Amino acid sequence: MNEKQKKLLTRIIVAAVFFIPLYLISEGIIRVDMPKWMLFALFLIPYLTVGYDILRKAFLGIRNGKVFDENFLMTVATIGAIALGEYGEGVAVMLLYQVGELFQSYAVGKSRKNISELMDIRPDYANIEGEGGALERVDPDDVAIGTIIVVQPGEKVPIDGIVVDGASALNTSALTGESKPREVDVDDSVLSGSINMSGVLKIRTTAEFGESTASKILDLVENAASNKSKSEDFIAKFARVYTPFVCYAALALALVPPLFIMLTGVGMANYASVGAIWRDWLLRACTFLVISCPCAVVISIPLSFFAGIGGASKQGILIKGSNYLETLSRVTTVAFDKTGTITKGNFEVTAVHNGPLDETMLAEQEAKLLEYAALAECHSSHPISLSLRKAYNGAIDAARVTDLQEISGHGIVCRVDGTDVAVGNEKLMNRLGIPFHRCHHVGTIIHMAVGGEYAGHIVISDELKAHSREAIAELKKAGVERTVMLTGDAEAVAKQVAADVGLTDYRAEMLPQDKVACVEALLKECPEGRKLAFVGDGINDAPVLSRADIGIAMGALGSDAAIEAADIVLMDDDPLKIPKAIRISRKCLGIVRQNIIFSLVVKAVCLILGALGYANMWVAIVADVGVMILAVLNAIRCLFVKKL
Amino acid sequence: MKKTYKIDVDCANCANLMEEAARKTEGVKDCAVSFMTLKMKVEFDEGADVDAVMKNVRANCKKVEDDCEIYL
Repeated sequence: MNEKQKKLLTRIIVAAVFFIPLYLISEGIIRVDMPKWMLFALFLIPYLTVGYDILRKAFLGIRNGKVFDENFLMTVATIGAIALGEYGEGVAVMLLYQVGELFQSYAVGKSRKNISELMDIRPDYANIEGEGGALERVDPDDVAIGTIIVVQPGEKVPIDGIVVDGASALNTSALTGESKPREVDVDDSVLSGSINMSGVLKIRTTAEFGESTASKILDLVENAASNKSKSEDFIAKFARVYTPFVCYAALALALVPPLFIMLTGVGMANYASVGAIWRDWLLRACTFLVISCPCAVVISIPLSFFAGIGGASKQGILIKGSNYLETLSRVTTVAFDKTGTITKGNFEVTAVHNGPLDETMLAEQEAKLLEYAALAECHSSHPISLSLRKAYNGAIDAARVTDLQEISGHGIVCRVDGTDVAVGNEKLMNRLGIPFHRCHHVGTIIHMAVGGEYAGHIVISDELKAHSREAIAELKKAGVERTVMLTGDAEAVAKQVAADVGLTDYRAEMLPQDKVACVEALLKECPEGRKLAFVGDGINDAPVLSRADIGIAMGALGSDAAIEAADIVLMDDDPLKIPKAIRISRKCLGIVRQNIIFSLVVKAVCLILGALGYANMWVAIVADVGVMILAVLNAIRCLFVKKL
Repeated sequence: MKKTYKIDVDCANCANLMEEAARKTEGVKDCAVSFMTLKMKVEFDEGADVDAVMKNVRANCKKVEDDCEIYL
């Protein structure tokens, strides 16, 4: 508890100590003869002790032209009750209201702290080697790029870097949700936020602290709270109308029925005197005011989202705002990129088939083809290019390549050692007017032309990710009706992959710009109120990520562009995280809905019972505080998403 | 330009009121207050004097919720 809360608690206890005997006296349970004014004066002690700040705020509110806030309501309700001679009720309402405030402040503070701690993967210090080899603790903010830092077993890696000495296992679960330790050795890159488990590591930093993964993730999650969801907006707007509405309703309740009774005489028999009529309806109006505080509803909604985002981030799913969590829960169509999303993206050259060249020099020809392909692709970072360079496995002298021209969605045309070389798909060959052989292998086929003549092709295949099939099945179970794969790859490959993992649909041979158009078409086919998510690895699908209702980037750890473009970032590249994210969002939104409906229904029932005279102020305030406590506890359930 | 400030406020509705008050302050283009992280993110109008604007934002917020604080 902080200072403010302790002070409030003390005031509540002191007031309660005064209040209880006074209440028993006023109810006649303890018989003490005292004049009414004395009882009133004594009741003022607990009332002012516990409520002085509310009275002050109400006064300031009126002076600043902000009338309808809960302080004003509480003040009017309690003063009203006291003026009507219901000293006990008036003071009790103020007391219980403050108990509710204290609980709310405590519960929210506590969960705020818990969630922040859960997400706090930011290390507090870095070790650098001082003179004589002694370790010195420094503020990670002061560590320049290129400094050698030392991370001991049990410590967090403070800054991104590359291991220069030592080997160890790292626990990356704070970043990725993956509990299996990752082995690192010299020259491996390590990300801040992971925990060193076994050996001492010396790391050369490659980023500043503020630019390191841990800091960036934390910023992202903390900023998530300012992207508000529709539910939050709805409640904020609701609160703005609700309080004034209840106030006017209370005013009407205090004036209309008594006037009606007095004018028509209907129900007059129930009252002893005219004064009794006014007293009864004024009390009912005061009860109304007690129920009018919107805080229970207003607090539980952002708390639910915050807890949901916190829980998801612990599972390696970063959600950049409550609004995205809300949209995600309505996703029924998921479009996937193929490479790196459904398949591993580790291409391997599985076959090299040469064209109508001399049969006798087969092996040599194959090696030549690979060499040309590797050279032509020497500037590209596409997974296919990487695999070609890997298969060639020789030194690549980029100076041999001239006039390089990359034709998006087709391939590369260039000159190697002065000879024209074209490397690409069927479209490229068609474009260049070179007749080619179709391959009977299923895989990505790279056709090659050397010196304007068809020279052969290289078959590259990709493996499915271990969990792709399972992930698609789980998506279906989670209510995703449509799963579509978009790929630039050939029809045959796409068809096979789609059938293997159980996708409902696929689109093959797409150029990057086609993907955006295709997602737009899919968006149009989405039923009203349903949403489309696009999952990609973020490398060259940033435009598609931002065009979809929800862009999900996979395995994006360390890729700024992907983190920037996506709405949801999966820290590792396990496709099972996609259905998991959807389940988390559904649970969270379910809880939000429960809280909204539950608190509104209870409020409505209390308002009706209060108006009919069945609920007195006691019931009203207990219901109000109780609803808030339950809503807050329910909201905290959003945090527990591990087993989802 | 955007800037984030630490704030202190006791109730969620008051945080919403602060957001509204800040948004209405001259020189503020948009504002988001997160009660959960106790942060206020302010987007300023082009060429606004940040310090002066924030002083007004603070004053306006104090008007709607006496107990709040913005750490400038």
